[in-house]
Amino acid sequence: MSTLPHDTDIPYHSEDPHRAAIPRDDADPSATGIPDHGEDLRGTGIPPRSADSAEVLVSVVDATAAVGGRTVWSHVDATVSAGEFVAVLGPNGVGKSTLLKAMLGLVPLASGAVRLLGGPPGRANRAVGYVPQRRSFDASVRVRGLDVVRLGLDGDRWGLPLPGKRSRAAWRRVRELVELVGAAGYAHRPIGQLSGGEQQRLLIAQALARRPRLLLLDEPLDSLDLPNQAAVAALIGRICRVERVATVIVAHDVNPILSYLDRVVYLGRGGAVSGTPAQVITSDTLTGLYGTPVEVLSTSDGRLVVVGQPEAPAHHGDRHGGAA
Amino acid sequence: MTGTFSWNLLADLREMWSLPFMLNAFRAGTIVAVPAALVGWFMVLRRQSFAGHTLAMVGFPGAAAAVWLGIGATVGYLAFGVLAALLFALLPAGRGGGDESSAVGTVQALALASGMLFVALYKGFLNGTSALLFGSFLGITSRQVVLLGVVAAVALTVLALVGRPLLFASVDGDVARAHGVPVRSLGGVFLVLLGVTAAEVGQITGALLVFALLVLPPATVQVLTTRPARGLAASVLLAVVTVWVALFAAYYSPYPLGFWLTTIAFGGFVLAYAGRAVVDRIGRLAVAP
Repeated sequence: MSTLPHDTDIPYHSEDPHRAAIPRDDADPSATGIPDHGEDLRGTGIPPRSADSAEVLVSVVDATAAVGGRTVWSHVDATVSAGEFVAVLGPNGVGKSTLLKAMLGLVPLASGAVRLLGGPPGRANRAVGYVPQRRSFDASVRVRGLDVVRLGLDGDRWGLPLPGKRSRAAWRRVRELVELVGAAGYAHRPIGQLSGGEQQRLLIAQALARRPRLLLLDEPLDSLDLPNQAAVAALIGRICRVERVATVIVAHDVNPILSYLDRVVYLGRGGAVSGTPAQVITSDTLTGLYGTPVEVLSTSDGRLVVVGQPEAPAHHGDRHGGAA
Repeated sequence: MTGTFSWNLLADLREMWSLPFMLNAFRAGTIVAVPAALVGWFMVLRRQSFAGHTLAMVGFPGAAAAVWLGIGATVGYLAFGVLAALLFALLPAGRGGGDESSAVGTVQALALASGMLFVALYKGFLNGTSALLFGSFLGITSRQVVLLGVVAAVALTVLALVGRPLLFASVDGDVARAHGVPVRSLGGVFLVLLGVTAAEVGQITGALLVFALLVLPPATVQVLTTRPARGLAASVLLAVVTVWVALFAAYYSPYPLGFWLTTIAFGGFVLAYAGRAVVDRIGRLAVAP
């Protein structure tokens, strides 16, 4: 792994840098016709939602995670409220995936606490859609995309899925999900033969099968080409808005998602900073987080470039298989 | 075995079934074909064929030891198959398909070696070695058929109970775990099912040729359909047909059952593969302007 300064391209929403910070109110009936993304919400009469008025779905309080005896991060605080689109950002190896797994109770905390949907992590996982970081399906996997989506609906049930009313309802839901993610054209094909972007859409459909209130996506744009990154990012943004699913997305490249984000959680070894992208992705904030000079530059086309954020030291290894 | 073959197939069947040992061979073959096709379908999906082959191979020393000790060969097959499966389930890397291959290979070598040892210890048993390795349909007793049937029924019940979460865990382990599926334990349960099934099949096909029923029907079906329910049903049908045709051919020809089983199953696979290729080609031609 390189120890050289790492540059991250971050596009800036140049027309309206504060737009992403404008909250939505799910309970407000006037919010039902939330305009499509890209329109300015100011002046539509939607009252700004204060940070504590929405229901908190996930809260991470002074948490420390250790994997294999090594502390990944410590003293991390983060919250996700209903309907929010939150990105978990940070350099490679800082433990972004671990934060998602801690929220699900898949990684125990060394100290601190996580509450998920009002209970301890792990109890409410049925109401959470999770798309883990992955290699794609092997080409030899001869199971249809439709069946993979169906597994997200009732794959954890014991006993045989007998044909009947329930089965017909399940397939109706599966077709609905496939339509929602725009995968109707290829969902009947073996998933191993689909492209990365097609597989990712089906996995998002799978995660949405039980109408979760919270969607946790681990690097869903990883290993997609640029047009597919933009398309899948737009899909996730649309799902968060239209289906009213709070979404937490882990990303190492915030490029394609920045215009959809409500808040970011920037993760460092000794804590995390959260807030709107405009508040957090600044030289001062990131320098404070990492304790080393970090500069956020703005390019002429409105992109942000983060210079000097530290890579994880090489001796810490890389749990994701050595990707630098 | 060579009976007099007539082109009246019903009369041929009636002739074969008038012999108790042939009737038992058809019963036993049909019984083992069902779990073989179903468990084999999951084995191909999970890419645990090597573990399956080794679990079958373990039946060879199991049966040889049981014969040497004077208890029935069936008990030996089953006991060794289940023990080896539990051993694999406890291996630290035994969760998935890939990393366990060297450990499994070690067990397979040991199984063959100790099988030959037991054969040597039981002097005069050498004639039976070829049956243990390559299968035989002679001398299957009614008691054996009942035992095979009971074990198969238990295995199928367990598979019906765990089938859906097992499919989830096999296709998408990480998400299944997040949904509360006990992925690791299911892997162990599946290995035991595989051990039991391999022990059952091995008694008909011989330890070396279990794949005739455990791999070839599911692999053939996966070429033809990607739907789990259809695939499982077709896999059973194919395995049963393979057994019947092979028994038929073995009875009326001088060639051994293991040869027929494997050749017929392989022929089906080649036909399916070729058929698929032709259909795909025609499909592409039809799409092209």
